[in-house]
Amino acid sequence: MTEIKEKKYIRSHEPIFWGLFGAGGMLTAFLTPVMILITGLLIPLGIIDKGNFNYQTLHNFATSWYGAAIILILVALPLWHTLHRIFHALHDLGIKRGRDWQQVLCYGFAFAVSVFTFTILLQMF
Amino acid sequence: MSKRKPYTRELPKDWWMKQIFYTKYMLREGSSILITFYSLILAWGLLRLSQGEVAFNAWLEALHNPFAILLHLVALVFALYHTVTWFSLAPKAVDLWVKGKRLDDKVIVSGHYAAFIVVTVLCLLIITL
Repeated sequence: MTEIKEKKYIRSHEPIFWGLFGAGGMLTAFLTPVMILITGLLIPLGIIDKGNFNYQTLHNFATSWYGAAIILILVALPLWHTLHRIFHALHDLGIKRGRDWQQVLCYGFAFAVSVFTFTILLQMF
Repeated sequence: MSKRKPYTRELPKDWWMKQIFYTKYMLREGSSILITFYSLILAWGLLRLSQGEVAFNAWLEALHNPFAILLHLVALVFALYHTVTWFSLAPKAVDLWVKGKRLDDKVIVSGHYAAFIVVTVLCLLIITL
């Protein structure tokens, strides 16, 4: 008689990262181009006046709870998208060594920058 | 320790440069690198913002550097490429049915572009007004 053992399922953590990847991708698709255009090109080149992108306005915004939340999302969420892609691109490039560590480093990086951003916002609050 | 030796096919390092389809795929994935840089620049800007007006203005000043402008220009091109590829995949994710008929792919894609334009204009207005 064969012993019937209950199969043990190991929960994958992929759905969490996949969700963050999707949300980050959406945000990046809609907002990153205009953000780069504003902060990286229009303001430095002086095409548009600094307008609301001055110290006082931004400081007030960053120290309000909704502003802090928006800044955290705008800065950190794209990273959960990009680092997920970089992690999988490493596989595509045939880098086989230490996949576990690659994963830890990639998501760890996104996590670290998220914590960095969160801490600064908290400190400013 | 398993004794089996599975056959793994050799994959040349430049596999993605030999066919335009794969090259475009890798360029899309590569957009991630520049967008990561951009996020780091913003995170740095936030740090400078928290350090006071002088520090923040120094950060703004640093963005005037021709190298910074060039980096942002390239990042913008890649970010737009990400947007285009993301929107073209949207019909696969958004499976909308209206009155028993599947919504046409074109409607979903152009809906995304319309929303993109609205969001972009809105952001430009918020920052300038």
